[in-house]
Formats: sequence, C-alpha cells, structure tokens
Amino acid sequence: MERSFIARNPSVLIFISILALFTIGVTVLSEGFGIGVISTSFVKTLGKTLCLCLIAIAMDLIWGYAGILSLGHFAFFGLGGYMVGMWLMYERTRQIVETSLAETALPPTPKEISTAIGNQIFGVVGSSEFPVIWAFADSLAIQLALVVLVPGLLALIFGWLAFRSRVTGVYLSILTQAMTLGLSLYLFQNASGLRGNNGLSGLQNLPGVEAPQSVVSVWMFWISALALGLAYLLVAWLVSGKFGSVIRGIRDSEARVRFLGYSVEHYKLAVFTLTACIAGIGGALYYPQAGIINPAEIAPIASIYLAVWVAIGGRGRLYGAVIGAAFVSLASSWLTGGQAPDINLGFYTIKWVDWWLVLLGLSFVLVTLFAPKGIGGLFDLATHNTKPEGKK
Amino acid sequence: MSALLEVSGVTVSFDGFRAINNLTFQIGEAELRAVIGPNGAGKTTFMDIVTGKTRPDEGHILWGEKSTSLLGLSEAQIAREGIGRKFQKPTVFEEQTIRENLLMALKNARGPLAVLFYRPTRPDLDRVENLAAQISLDDALDRLAGELSHGQKQWLEIGMLLAQEPRLLLVDEPAAGMTKIEREKTTAILVEAAKTRAVVVVEHDMEFVQRLNCKVTVLHEGSVLAEGSLDHVTKNQDVIDVYLGR
Amino acid sequence: MLRPLTPSRCDGVNPRKPDMKTPILVILAMLSALLFATTTAAQTGPSPVQDVLQEHRALLEKSSRKTIGPAIDAIALSGLPQMQGVLEAWRAKDVWQRLDDGLFFIAKKNATGDYDLTDFDSGQVVGTAPKKQLKQLKPNSGIRAMIATALVTFQLTDPDPEKRAAALVSLTRDPEAALLPPLRASIASETDEVLLARKSRLERLMTMAYDTDEAARVAAITEMAGDLSLDFRATLNPILSTKLVAAKADEAANVNIAKTLLPGDEALPRDEAYALLVKQDLTAPLVTAADRNAALVANIKEARVGGIFVQRLNTEVARDEAYAALVATGVAPPILSITEVDAILANHQFFFAYQEPSSAVTDAARKALDASETNVAANQAIDLGLDALSLASIYFLAAIGLAITFGVMGVINMAHGEFIMMGAYTGYVIQQVIPDHTISIIVAVPVAFGVTFMAGVALERLVIRWLYHRPLETLLATFGVSIVLQQLAKNIFGTQARPLTPPGWLDGAWVINDVVSISYIRIAIFVLALLFLALFLFIMKRTRLGLETRTVTQNPRMAASMGINPDRVNMLTFGLGSGIAGIAGVAIGLFAKVTSEMGGDYIVQSFMTVVVGGVGNIWGTLAGAAMIGTFQKGVEWLNPSNTLAAQTFMIVFIIIFIQFRPRGIVALKGRAAGD
Repeated sequence: MERSFIARNPSVLIFISILALFTIGVTVLSEGFGIGVISTSFVKTLGKTLCLCLIAIAMDLIWGYAGILSLGHFAFFGLGGYMVGMWLMYERTRQIVETSLAETALPPTPKEISTAIGNQIFGVVGSSEFPVIWAFADSLAIQLALVVLVPGLLALIFGWLAFRSRVTGVYLSILTQAMTLGLSLYLFQNASGLRGNNGLSGLQNLPGVEAPQSVVSVWMFWISALALGLAYLLVAWLVSGKFGSVIRGIRDSEARVRFLGYSVEHYKLAVFTLTACIAGIGGALYYPQAGIINPAEIAPIASIYLAVWVAIGGRGRLYGAVIGAAFVSLASSWLTGGQAPDINLGFYTIKWVDWWLVLLGLSFVLVTLFAPKGIGGLFDLATHNTKPEGKK
Repeated sequence: MSALLEVSGVTVSFDGFRAINNLTFQIGEAELRAVIGPNGAGKTTFMDIVTGKTRPDEGHILWGEKSTSLLGLSEAQIAREGIGRKFQKPTVFEEQTIRENLLMALKNARGPLAVLFYRPTRPDLDRVENLAAQISLDDALDRLAGELSHGQKQWLEIGMLLAQEPRLLLVDEPAAGMTKIEREKTTAILVEAAKTRAVVVVEHDMEFVQRLNCKVTVLHEGSVLAEGSLDHVTKNQDVIDVYLGR
Repeated sequence: MLRPLTPSRCDGVNPRKPDMKTPILVILAMLSALLFATTTAAQTGPSPVQDVLQEHRALLEKSSRKTIGPAIDAIALSGLPQMQGVLEAWRAKDVWQRLDDGLFFIAKKNATGDYDLTDFDSGQVVGTAPKKQLKQLKPNSGIRAMIATALVTFQLTDPDPEKRAAALVSLTRDPEAALLPPLRASIASETDEVLLARKSRLERLMTMAYDTDEAARVAAITEMAGDLSLDFRATLNPILSTKLVAAKADEAANVNIAKTLLPGDEALPRDEAYALLVKQDLTAPLVTAADRNAALVANIKEARVGGIFVQRLNTEVARDEAYAALVATGVAPPILSITEVDAILANHQFFFAYQEPSSAVTDAARKALDASETNVAANQAIDLGLDALSLASIYFLAAIGLAITFGVMGVINMAHGEFIMMGAYTGYVIQQVIPDHTISIIVAVPVAFGVTFMAGVALERLVIRWLYHRPLETLLATFGVSIVLQQLAKNIFGTQARPLTPPGWLDGAWVINDVVSISYIRIAIFVLALLFLALFLFIMKRTRLGLETRTVTQNPRMAASMGINPDRVNMLTFGLGSGIAGIAGVAIGLFAKVTSEMGGDYIVQSFMTVVVGGVGNIWGTLAGAAMIGTFQKGVEWLNPSNTLAAQTFMIVFIIIFIQFRPRGIVALKGRAAGD
C-alpha cells in the first residue's frame, strides 16, 4: 500500500529541517533577537530571498511540472505586494494624520481625516481623492484576502482566455510576457490609482508596531520562512499524487492526457491560478521588507529572471527552484552591491558590477545547453538518483 | 443491431484540399473493424474528426443509444463519453512509472479537485495489476515507461486505453515497428478487447489485417471505397486499382 | 498712428491716445517731415537726423510711454534712411545725449573707459566724452515695444528682401492693429512675388482681426473659410474666445453672447455658477466648511461652542449643529439653504460672451472655423494614417527577422532585440570613422548586416542548433545571450545614449499642409521596409536558398532525404534574419536614441507582430505590423495624452485577438500547422 507522503518524499523533510535550522540560526545571529552578527539590512535581504524562493516554487510548479513557461509571474508577485502595500500605506498615513490633526482646535471629523490621508498619499500624483480600488484599504483582513484574490482572479481570467484558445508553448510565454508588460505600463500611469511610477513606499513600517526595525525584520523573516515551508509542503504534496501525474503528463504529452479524458485546460488553469496566488503571497511578504514597490518591479525582465533562477537551480524538483532563487539572487545582490572586490588583471580591472550580468547570462546559456537539470541535477549525481523528484 | 457510432456525410477540407469527402461510416457494439487505405486517404483525419481534434465542415457524428452528437464536444469530453484513441506513434508518459501511467488512465473522476484528493484504492491497484498482466508488463510496474521497448510502449498505450474502459477504441497502426511475435500478441489483445467493445484498427499491414479476421473498410480520397470481408474487398476492382494494384 | 488701437491691447484703464490719425494725416505728416528735413538741412548743414531728434528733444528727454508717441512717429516717418539705425540704437539703449549741447549720439564705451560718440548723419566717430558728460536715453519696455513697431514699418519697405521677410516674420508672430495700414501700404510696392503672396495673406489675416470695417472683416473670414492653415485658425481663435459672465436676470446684456447657460448644466455646475456671482460681486460668498470651522474655533468658550462640547465636534453633523447655535445668537452669518442658493442663482443669467463685440464677425468666424475643423479632422485622419504606416514599417522591419527565424525554425530568438541594438551601434561606430553622414549610412547598412549576420550564424552554431525541438529552452538560452550582449554593450559604450545622425537630406519633413506632414526619415524607413519585403520575396521565391528554406519549413525530414542540408539552411536563415535585424537597427537608430537597452523597446512589439500576423508567412508579418501600428496610433489618437495607456490597450487587444485567431491573421492549416 501507499507509504505516507513524507516517507515517499524524503527531500521534503530534509528541506523543512534545513529551513528550520536556518531560521533559528538567523534569529540567533540577528541584531533584534541575538548576538547581532547579522545586520538588520542583511536579515531583510535574507527574508526577501525567502520570498523569492517562494515565487520560485510557484514558477517550478507551473514550468517545471506543468510545462507552462510563464514569463509573467512577477505580475502576480507585484500585485500581492501592492495589495498589502495599500493597507500598510493607508494605515500608517492615517496614524500620522490623526496625530497631526489632534493638535487642531476642533477634533477632526472622518471626512477631514480621509481628505488629509488622501492628500498625503495622492498629493504626489496631483490628487487627493481616494480611487475606488482603495475602498478596502482600511481593512487589513480584506487586503490580505485580496493578496490572494487579485492575482488569482487575474490569472483566472488571463489563463481562461489563453488556455481556452489552446495557446501553448512559446506563444503562451510571449503572451504572459505581454500581460506583465501591459500591467506594468498600466500601473505607470498616475490614473491607475496606485501612485503611478512613485509606487507605494514606507512599507517597512508596520502600523501600530513600536518595535525597532531590527526586531520587525526578524518577524518578517519568520513569516517568510513559515510561508516558504508551508508552500513547499503544499506543492510537494500536490505533485506527489495523481494530480502531479496529470500535470507532468500534460507537460510531456498534452494530447495523450486530453484523449484520456482529462480537461487539460482546467488543470492548466488550476495550476496557473494556484501559482499566481502563491506568487501573490510571496510579493505580499517581500515588499514590506523591501519598503517600496513600484511598477518597474513587474517589468517583463523580472519574470524572465525568475525563469533563469529556476533553470539554474534545476526545474522539476522543488529544492532546485529554491536553491536557484537563493543562490542567484544572493550572488546578484552581493556582486552588484559593490561589496565584492574587483579583480585586477594588471591590464584590465574586472568590476563585478559590470561583468556579473555577462557571467550570469553566459552561465545561463551553458546551463541550458549542458545541464538542463541545473544545480539540482548535481544532487542527483551525488546521490546516484537518476529519477526526478516525486518518484516512488 | 443499432450502431454505436454513426458518421454520416462528413466533409472536411484544409486550405481547399478535401481530406474527408462526404464520408459515411458505422460501427456497432462489440465489433472489430479494420480501416485500410493508401497514404492520404484520410484515415488519421477520420480519427481526428471522431475524437474531436478536427471539426468537420459538414456532416453528423452520432454516438450511443441516445444518438448524441459528438460535434461541439471537446476531445476530453468525447474521451469521457467512452471513445479511446491510440496514436500512431506510441505516446505514453515516459518520465512516469507504468503504474502511474495506468493509474492515470483508470476510469475515475477526471476533475482537478477529485484528482487532487484521489488516493489509489485496493480495487484500483488490483485492476492496474490485472491490466499490466494483460499487456505482459506486470513485472515492470515500477519501471519508468521511458525505459520500455517500442513494442512495450505500444502495449502500455493500449493498456491505458483499456483502463479507460471505453466503448469504442480507435487504434492507429498498432503493429508499426513490431516484431512478428509482438504483432501476434497485439492481435490477441485487440481481438480480446473487441469482445466487449467496438474496436477500429487503422492499419497498413495486410497480413496484420488478415489476422484480425474482421470486416474491412477501405478509404480512398476521403470517402469509403469498399466495405466487407478482406476477401470481398480485395476482389473489388476499384480497390485493386487504387491500392492493391500498385 | 503708431499707437496701439486694438480693443485687445486697450485694457480700458489707459485712456485712448488722442493722436489717432487717419491715413491722410499720415501723408501730411510725411510731407511736412520731408519739408522740414530739407529746410533744416539748408540752414544748418547736413544733419537732418540730428535736427529731427533735436526738434523732439523735450519728449526724448522725458522718455515717457505716454508722451513719446509724436517723437517716434516723427522719426519713423521722416523718410530718412538713417532713421532705422537710430531706432535700433535707441531700442538697444545705445543712444546718449551730450549734456553740454544736448546733441544725440550713438555712444560706445572704448578701451579708456570713455565713450566714443558716433554721429547719426555721417556715421563717423565725432568725438569722445567721459561718462559724466553724457546722459543715456533709457527707453522702458513700453517705449521699446513702440520703437519695435515703428521699425517694422521701416522694414516692410526695406530695399533688402531679407529684411522685409524678417519684418513679415516678426509681424506674423506679433501682429497688431497699428501695423495693418503700413502693411497694406507696403503691398503695392512689393516686387518679390513670394513676399507679395505672404504680405497679401498676412493682410487678409490681419484684416479679419483688426480691420475697423465689420463688412471687410466678415468678407475676409468668409473668403478663407475651411482653410487648413494654422495661422488662419490661430487668427480665428482669439476672435471666438469667450468669457463666462454672469449678470442680473433683468439686465439686458450688452454683449455678444456665444451661449447662454443654466446653473447645473454640465458646463456650469451650481458651485461654479455661485462662485462666479461672488467673483463679480453680485452676491455674498457662501459660508464654507473652513469658515464654519474658523467661526467655531473663534467661539470656543469653556470648552464648548454653542452649548456643545468641543470633543463632540468630530462629525460634520455636530459641527453644523454648533454653528446653527452660533447663528441663532447672531455671532455668525447663516449658512444658506439649497433653496436660498437656488433662488439667488435663478435671479441671474449666465452666458459665454465673446470678447469680440461684433456678432456678424463671430458668426462668420464660427462658420469658417467649423468648416476648417471638419477639414482638419479629415486631414488629421490622413496624417494619422501616415503615422500608423510609418510605425507599421518600423515594426515590420523589427519583426521580419524574427518572423523568418520563428517561421522557418520554430525558434524564438530573445536576442533579436540585441541584434537590432548591435546594428545601431555598428552604425554609430562607422559614423565615428567616416564623418560624412551620407557615406557613413550607406556603408553602415551592409556592415551592420554583415556584423549581425555573423553574430546570428555564431548564435545558431553555438547555441540554437543544440536545442531544436526544445523551443522553450531556446527561448531561455537566447535570453541569456541577450543579457550578455546588453551588458557588453553597456560596458563598451556606456549607459548614455549615442547619436546616430541621419544625413542632412533626411532632415526635415515633407509638409503637405499645416496638418499633414511626415518626416523624411520615416519615409526612408517606409521605403526600406518595402525594399525588404521585395528582397525577402525575391529570396524566398526566386533563389535556391529560398526554395530550400521553404522545403525545410514544410517538411524537414523530407527535405533532408532529398539532399538538402537542413543544418546549412537553418544557419543561413538564422543569419539572414539576424542580418535584417541589424539593418533595422540602423534605421531605428536614425530616429531613436542608440542605447544598450533599445532592443528591449522593440522586442515585445516584434513578438506581438509575429504572433498577431501568424507564423511562417511574410504577409502575415506585414498584416500584423499594419494592425499593431494602426491600432497603437488609433488609441493614441483617441487618448493623445497617454501613450502608456495606448500600449496597455494594445496588449489587451492582442490577448483578445488571439482568442479569435489563435494562429494569427495568416494561419497555416492542416499538417503544415504542426500540431
């Protein structure tokens, strides 16, 4: 008979253990809760990296398992960030405004407060009116629900249109890219109601929280780690059963699955929407740590980099996606952050800032050509396991 | 005997070329039928039309006792109605085990949610074992399908079709690339299957058709040229002219 | 007669100048000035200019805008050729007066710090003087404007055609009523045909605006009705400019009414109507929320206002209540109810009034402008069509290479945009070597083709050929290449934009009229796109490579078995597609900035063009480019302020379009579609 899910997938247990150890380690070394070896900003970087790992898992599910190369998942990531950012910005502005209005001779009316908040938030785009989409910005619960609902709904509509008309392969990739481009261009407009190219800012300040950033950053790190762990469990469970069989079947032979009587479009749509929701959660956790979100975040290039991470890490295996996202994004921020030492060749000095992307692009080409399984494939070699994850 | 599948007056053209021209075809329950014809006679297109992959320009396709029209149904819906299709090239899920392949094909709820919470039951696993025995793969259940030989893949695909429990099985050139022994085995599987359901076999290999020992339909330029026993059609002058005579 | 006499210039506070003169007076003045000039010349030697100046010495010394008029008139109408110089020097504040004898000179500071004095009549330096013996004439801005007007009169009849042309330009830019008569006078003597035409046209336009005879104005307007030109419309617009005015309902309005409004109309919300009444002092201002709050704050007594605790005033209702209490005690003015406001509004009439008093003129102008606008709209449609055509040719150029590689090999080349960039940078480098722009462009086109052809072949050999049948991975690998190329370009050429200067003969635009025009560069790109269409068709239909390519596209295995080497065909096709991208890069670089990121600006549009057009067919690409170009321009036209919205709409449109034609406009069917 069937063994338990964890027993069938030892990598899940290993991953969760490593993640737990890592979380404890970071906590102990942090400024807020431990001995302060790791700076607050680095804790934030690590927390953000966990969020990127989260969206990488979503990307692996949609691409590595279901075979749909989406070049638009950062649109969902960004939307998640915007949804939570609206509440953060509204609530924090409200507190500031209420404090400053408390000084006036008459106690402020609700209308005065809302006008003052509107002025604060939208003054930068020459408006003081709250756009309709901010209707629920004062409710944390609703905005948190929207973190999942808005990306999910967009994915549902877009996916329904695309899969229904049997758009597949590179066509679909290009179309998803167009989607994220369209969304980012739309958000760049002031009329979008999300402050145009200014985006939402000051998101690192949690309203009503007096704790310093060194503590808040560790909290956010914990939540990110928890979300990553849960998502990993969920997706690993999802792909280990018959559902996983079907979506891998769709990846390898869509027609066969269809003639077996499965409505391929429904499965694709389900996976596309689910991954969009996961991406939305990732974004909702990422941007409070980044502090600012603007439409440039969801430019097509971001989603392509996501594919690069997953490819380098090794798709079709969840830990591969996590390794790829963590490794590439950390290396990228270290090498382009100016901390890495330049290499002096005598006749030419290699500046990492200038050459990192060249290196990344080249290694990406090489990985695609010679190591389609990515870094994750190395683990297979090490364990003499030639079967991809999810096999019994 | 009322027909299980009734195709009447179907025409389909691609960019002006008539691949199927006013085709009429019938098959009853538990009948084995071979469809032969030269290249470009429209055999594969005929299957495409029945399984919903290609929409005909005109004509009717009626199915089952209630004579429901298959036009307008998606491929998956038609498959769920009980029409299984085997491709010309063996198409199995090479990165999954034979057990997974068969489990996926097993007649069960096909919706994403039902599949998500599906756990194999004892009867299901027994049925998989039985099917595997039928196609001589019972000792290879945990091997990856990609590791199988060409012939074994063909069998696995037929096994998956049987797992679907279809009422009509469309089989496209099942014997292509098989050894003689494998062919005999394939014939046996198909003849056995035809005892409980309708089976349509598209084949080039006359010897294979002969061994099926069933009614034969000859297609030519998208319509039926002749129909009857193999002996009958091979004596038909039209058939000799367009096909056998060459 | 050099006073401004148009209503528009008379702000109503300044009394009209008493010295408005009829043309007859002008002639008399000219004659008398001439007479005077000759007589004084006879008496005191050849210094006519100085004599005129001395005659008006008092006015010049006073230098007041209100009184200087006769002096400027005298100088301008003296008929002396030197007077133009006098006016110019005066305007430039170079005219100084010698204190001991009161004579005027052009004074320039010399090396010693003293001033060299130049006599107007002789043009010679006649002496020097230290600054303290001199007094500068300092015309204020009002006077300088009058001098400028006077100068125009001079220049319109200047013997030098260039000066006359310059005068016309300044007159066109800054017309005024006073200049209409000198303009008319100068037409008769005009010899240059071009200038004559321009003068006549300007005379017509100025007649519309400034003629004192209403019939003449109406005639001039009617005559040109429907004209497309900007200057005509610019002349009519101020005539038709209106102002929102309110008046008491029972007062007959003594103005030229354009349109009567009712408060609550879309164009006149009630608030605005009331605000207008307040602005015109027709009623008292309403008590605003701010006034109310101020009154409340001012009346806080023992933490209460009007009997209500201050803490409770955190709603609008409570504040209104408290204020009502204040009103009741008479401390504050009452807030008018809606009915009261309505009653006040009903007691007034609101209308748009023309600034122009004559209704005959405004009616004619309205009709003429409507005719023009209809005409303009039609021409704008043509202009938009031309714009769309040129945008489509750019997309076509950018997409054609992509369509070739995608259609023939099923390979999406994400580095295609970087090949465009590479072509543009090749053009830039060649311009650094060959300074002549024409030659350098002629050299750049084949070199760019060569460079990107080689790059394409290298990419195909090194990367793509290992990834056939894995299209998604090709997409990713070529994306890696695109990152590398982009960063390399950044490392080599830096981040700032490099210019690719078009040759001089491509500068400017083909102007058909004031609405329809198209720049020569865009025409050149259109021609280039046509050339490439022809070249592509030629290669595909008439050459061995084309035949082999088509064979490989339709059935690679069959082609291979017939002795065609698909490897070679793929390599050459990919090279060809990349080479065309390089040429597109040169073309795009001519009108857009060359940066390392320019490829990204075109890659998505190129993909869209290919996807919408359908794969594997050049006509599909053409149709896709035309469709996307037209659509984008169309949306921009509907919403001109927002090009971002245009792109968003375009993408939404494409996603919907794919619903109906998943395989593009020109779709292959059957087996060739390759399911």
